[in-house]
Amino acid sequence: MTERYNRHIILSEIGQAGQDKISNAKVLVIGAGGLGCPILQYLAAAGIGTLGIIDFDMVDISNLQRQVLFGMSSLGKNKAKAAKARLEDLNNDISIIAYPEKLTHKNALNLFNQYDIIVDGSDNFETRYLVNDACIITNKPLVFGAIYKFEGQVSVFNYKNGPSYRCLFPNPPEKDTVPNCSEIGVLGVLPGIIGSMQANEVLKIIIGIGNVLSGKLLCYNALTLQNSILKIKRSEKTIQSVLKEKDSFHKKETDFNCEIEIEPISIEHFLYEKNIQFIDLREAHEKPKIKALNITYIPLSVLKTSVNKLDNTKKKALFCQSGIRSKQAVKILQELNIKDCFSIIEGASEIKNRIENRHCDGGTTKTIASN
Amino acid sequence: MHINIKYFGQIAEITQKEAETLEFSGNLVSDLLEVLNSKYENLKNKDFKVAQNQELVSFETELSGQDIALLPPFAGG
Repeated sequence: MTERYNRHIILSEIGQAGQDKISNAKVLVIGAGGLGCPILQYLAAAGIGTLGIIDFDMVDISNLQRQVLFGMSSLGKNKAKAAKARLEDLNNDISIIAYPEKLTHKNALNLFNQYDIIVDGSDNFETRYLVNDACIITNKPLVFGAIYKFEGQVSVFNYKNGPSYRCLFPNPPEKDTVPNCSEIGVLGVLPGIIGSMQANEVLKIIIGIGNVLSGKLLCYNALTLQNSILKIKRSEKTIQSVLKEKDSFHKKETDFNCEIEIEPISIEHFLYEKNIQFIDLREAHEKPKIKALNITYIPLSVLKTSVNKLDNTKKKALFCQSGIRSKQAVKILQELNIKDCFSIIEGASEIKNRIENRHCDGGTTKTIASN
Repeated sequence: MHINIKYFGQIAEITQKEAETLEFSGNLVSDLLEVLNSKYENLKNKDFKVAQNQELVSFETELSGQDIALLPPFAGG
């Protein structure tokens, strides 16, 4: 394996000893999205011995503008699993563990305890504060990155008695006051830059070189190329108040509320795929009916008590009259921990049109992969 | 004294600028924020922290430096 890591090993600052440290390191990356992709890509390439990826979300076509580990063949797949598949091709010399689930107060401590360094690539404040607090309790360094449109923030928290994210921003802002990427957009290359900076901090911590970005927040602007580094002080009071909750931490409810964006998918992705269960969420009187597909009828009003009608072996494509109920339904099913559920953008009339047009085309056999 | 103020993220959207220089003679960081709050109406509802001379400080800190930055949290990833 000397050859694979040759360009590291010939650096006097790293050498074989530094590369061995990288091989022995265990790093957990939260989220395989805009930040997670470049973080994972560079850490896998660098040869991090054990690389964990946690993400419950699925790859959507609007992710491909910046989430560089994925391609058309990843659409609809779980991000943690799709990232693992790509990274195993990049480096089959390391151990990559995918956790296709939500990070919660319940599973965080146990998971963090199995790793040396935690990297935050999440996209909502609930997760960011959960990650920060779990790092304080398990005493793990946290490599933080966050983005907004053309700007990014990077820091290393909870490192050698340094400050935590709460020492900078003690409490999450009120809900819906800070929009996320899916609501306001983001320059595709920005998470590439910020995520690469996070990967850089991870490697510096592991090898023990350079100055780790602890006690400082780096603010980067992609439009002006201005960097500001601002000093942050540790607040002992804040840290102690988190530690005080240590014993009840795993019992807390993780309140994601409206933070989880359900990203709807076009019916086109499913029309040519096998192993799909189409679910009509409308009430019995609503028209038009779609006869061309084999449909399971579960009105949204009875969804929670009808989950036994769902086929666990199939992907579930849920639709309604306009795409609103289908979003609510996916949210409900995610909360019930039912996997592989998709909200269809189109309403019933449009779906009917698409199917009829498909038959006019002579039933081409396009697949989701070549779409 | 002259105070150079930098705005980040959503704050820069409210002020419609990334930086400005103000003439100001108050004592505390919060005094300066009061001036900014009256100048930029929507600033009041926003969450942000203040850095003075590249160091995060509380709003009750005495205004001693010339470089001030208003820094909001980012959620995106």
